[in-house]
Amino acid sequence: MRLEYFQLIDRIAGLDRAAQTIRVEAQVPAANTIFEGHFPGLPLMPGVLLIEAMAQSSGWLLIGLNRFTRMPFLAAIKEAKLRSFVTPGQSLSISAGLVHEGSGYAVTKAAIEAEGKTVCGAEITFRVVPFPNESFRASMEAMARSIGFPMEAAVDG
Amino acid sequence: MSSTFDTVANIIAETCDVPREQIKPESHAIDDLGIDSLDMLDIAFAIDKAFGIKIPLEEWTQEVNDGKATTDKYFVLGNLCTQIDSLVAAKQA
Repeated sequence: MRLEYFQLIDRIAGLDRAAQTIRVEAQVPAANTIFEGHFPGLPLMPGVLLIEAMAQSSGWLLIGLNRFTRMPFLAAIKEAKLRSFVTPGQSLSISAGLVHEGSGYAVTKAAIEAEGKTVCGAEITFRVVPFPNESFRASMEAMARSIGFPMEAAVDG
Repeated sequence: MSSTFDTVANIIAETCDVPREQIKPESHAIDDLGIDSLDMLDIAFAIDKAFGIKIPLEEWTQEVNDGKATTDKYFVLGNLCTQIDSLVAAKQA
């Protein structure tokens, strides 16, 4: 994770286009100024950032499924449950699956596990629209490469 | 078996907190019921699931934006139900 860049995930571990699922890895930093305020004396990964991590994972799934033709933007979070604390330095395994692909929107279900235990989950709705411009799409492709996104599967498959 | 309108009206009532009795076939989803674009995504999701179809929301929106159709054509509930019935029939054909 690079919290200062709002990058909540580190690596795409698997993208299964047939099953419409994705697995993502993320390492919570051992130290960050966020933990100085959340909370003094009890550093915890903020729940809203865990939700963002699920949204980013879902977003990469949707980009993979539509082969970099459209960009998902977060629209709604439902049934979000934060089941247990996540602390600095923990390794997270994030999974997401497509629930429904509508016209101009998509719904996913995502969850995060830490040390084999589910720590949170949510149903997430996205507006899915054409990339507003080519340079933005190119920057997303560059980011995808940096996190191990399987470009061949997404572009050619 | 409930009618298409009953199903759609129940979805809107549950999704958007609109009293069921206010929802009529002649109601305009946006102008009369105050449904916004985000609510519309929830409604489309529920309708897609209930009827096993994919409402072409983007295509409809584009037609309205291009002046090729009025919002009444797709968002007056009676008309919306007619569109849904056509999509269901096309799927079964």
